[in-house]
Amino acid sequence: MATHFVIDGLKAAIDGKEILKGINLEIKGGEIHAIMGPNGTGKSTLASALMGHPKYEVTEGKALLNGEDLLEMSVDERALAGLFLAMQYPSEIPGVTNSDFLRSALNARLGEGNEISLIKFIRKMEGKMKELEMNPEFAHRYLNEGFSGGEKKRNEILQMMLLDPSIVILDEIDSGLDIDALRIVSQGVNAMRSEDRGFLIITHYQRLLNYITPDFVHVMMQGRIVKSGGPELAERLENEGYDWVKEELGIVDETVGQA
Amino acid sequence: MSTQLSTQATRQAAEALARSKGEPNWLVELRGEAAELAGTLGWPKPEKVRIERWNLTAVGSYEQPSAVSAISELPEAVRELVTEGTENLIVQRNSGTVWNQFSSELASKGVIFTDLETACKEHGELVQNYLFKAVAKDEDKLTALHAAIWNGGIFVYVPKNVEVELPLQAIFYNDNAEATFAPHILIVADNNSRVTYVDCVVSESGANSAPFVHPSIVEVFVKPGAHVRFSTIHQMAETGVDMSIRRSIIENDGQMEWIIGDLNDGNTLSDTKSILKGTGSNSDAKVISVGKNAQQNSLTTQAVHFGKSSDSNMVTRAVMKDSASAIINGITKIEKGATKANGVQTEKVLMLSPKARGDANPILLIDEDDVTAGHAASVGQVNPEQVYYLMSRGISKQDAERLIIYGFLAPVVSEIPVEAVRGQLQRLLERKLEG
Repeated sequence: MATHFVIDGLKAAIDGKEILKGINLEIKGGEIHAIMGPNGTGKSTLASALMGHPKYEVTEGKALLNGEDLLEMSVDERALAGLFLAMQYPSEIPGVTNSDFLRSALNARLGEGNEISLIKFIRKMEGKMKELEMNPEFAHRYLNEGFSGGEKKRNEILQMMLLDPSIVILDEIDSGLDIDALRIVSQGVNAMRSEDRGFLIITHYQRLLNYITPDFVHVMMQGRIVKSGGPELAERLENEGYDWVKEELGIVDETVGQA
Repeated sequence: MSTQLSTQATRQAAEALARSKGEPNWLVELRGEAAELAGTLGWPKPEKVRIERWNLTAVGSYEQPSAVSAISELPEAVRELVTEGTENLIVQRNSGTVWNQFSSELASKGVIFTDLETACKEHGELVQNYLFKAVAKDEDKLTALHAAIWNGGIFVYVPKNVEVELPLQAIFYNDNAEATFAPHILIVADNNSRVTYVDCVVSESGANSAPFVHPSIVEVFVKPGAHVRFSTIHQMAETGVDMSIRRSIIENDGQMEWIIGDLNDGNTLSDTKSILKGTGSNSDAKVISVGKNAQQNSLTTQAVHFGKSSDSNMVTRAVMKDSASAIINGITKIEKGATKANGVQTEKVLMLSPKARGDANPILLIDEDDVTAGHAASVGQVNPEQVYYLMSRGISKQDAERLIIYGFLAPVVSEIPVEAVRGQLQRLLERKLEG
């Protein structure tokens, strides 16, 4: 089934303060959408609210993945339905090895009775790690514990590759990455491009979009998507910043929910 | 509700029992004195746990052990703990040893591995030099009571420069609440020797509906340059009260490792102390505990530094379910003159229920300037951010919490030196955490 993801009038709040003020977005399989915007405009909140972070309360709207509303589901059900969020700040989990975690996640995705054998899993994991130029020792390290920023991001991409999701959200995947890591991570994402998979890339900078060419670019301010366009929009933002967008739309303060 | 050990009667009883078992005179005398002391001394007073409210009186009476002729005759609960192909195994059932197996190769090197009662008879002089020298019989009612009634037990002696490759294993098994169950473990590692000792304390839950007490003492003497690794798992039923005192005296460049799994279902007093006597002596203690129902746990680790450049590390991790409680005390004491000593301790409690209670009390007592010391303590619940992260990969909430809890305990579990025991610990954790 062709992937079809629709965010419809999504509103979300944290501690009673509304951050997302009605997000509408449609992503089809094969498309890459980028959401850009200055700090504090609600970009990461969108990612967290879609995944179901316990701190965010969805107050209105729907997020339909192939007709099923993700917002009605628990976090694990959303993942099993095909949503994947590469997080800006992945948790560190002491005592749980990366490979044990990856295998648990993969087996959860495959479902009871279809679990992957240990040997096959190791082969698969090692293959993907090689693509991402990860040191094999990271399989045996505790999950994200003591990983550098760049190592955590690669590990997020590794999970994405293993779990084969249909909608991928990359939340600031480029932050804290040097050029080499950025190239490797982007290669990983590009290798995953397919007609069955849609991407939503959240970023401050156009830099990442030199490596991953988006089909659509959206600008977020004040908890809304205020402007959409093609890749040329990202380039203009890179060259001219966000002021012209604010001017055009009559926005003075682009942030949302800041004290 | 304290034990009214009527002094005279108990002295007589202790001596009479000792004589009937053919114990040497010095031991008969020791038991008599201890019995008398037990009548006058008070119970130990651990922080914030009132053990005198526990049922401490159910010490039972001596049950004549009947030896088995093959491992297959041992109860299932014991057999599943036995490492396949083991050469060095002692099994105590209730009040005495029922299985005693020791490799002749080690014996020929002068290593002694036998039950302590036998050792008192066959190696009396050697045993006398050490028995109740790390833990004195007159410290409190518990040590005195134990000295009066201890039975079975283990004696390990490793001669100078001998390295024992394979672990020595002991299993202490109780299936009769009426029987006195009070093993004493005495380990002496002579200069530059090396040994790993592993034991399990287990009770048959079905058979033990009546209360019983397990007062046990462990004494370990680490001579200069020796290395002792001691690992123990306690898994007694809810009706059992475990009171286990462990102590090690470590000489120059000696190394002591403690790995302790306090996984009883009943109330537990566990006190493990290293006395770092020698220059360059080293102690590493790791303790895990899982509490459920209304179980109370008092878990103490201590390191006392006398030796220069001595080094201690103590880690306690406890998971408390239901309305269980864990009072965790870590005491690092550095005496005047122990220059360049280093003492570090960490106590962490994970509470899985709003009614569970955890209390971590790190204490540093330092009487010397030229030292380093550190502590970390935390008490908390499963971190919701971590649960969210794991769930975002499709892992169910239950499995996510499970991974986090096992991960929390992993620093100790992964250190268990014997495969079969580690496997047993895993099964035990699963049963206790998920049951």
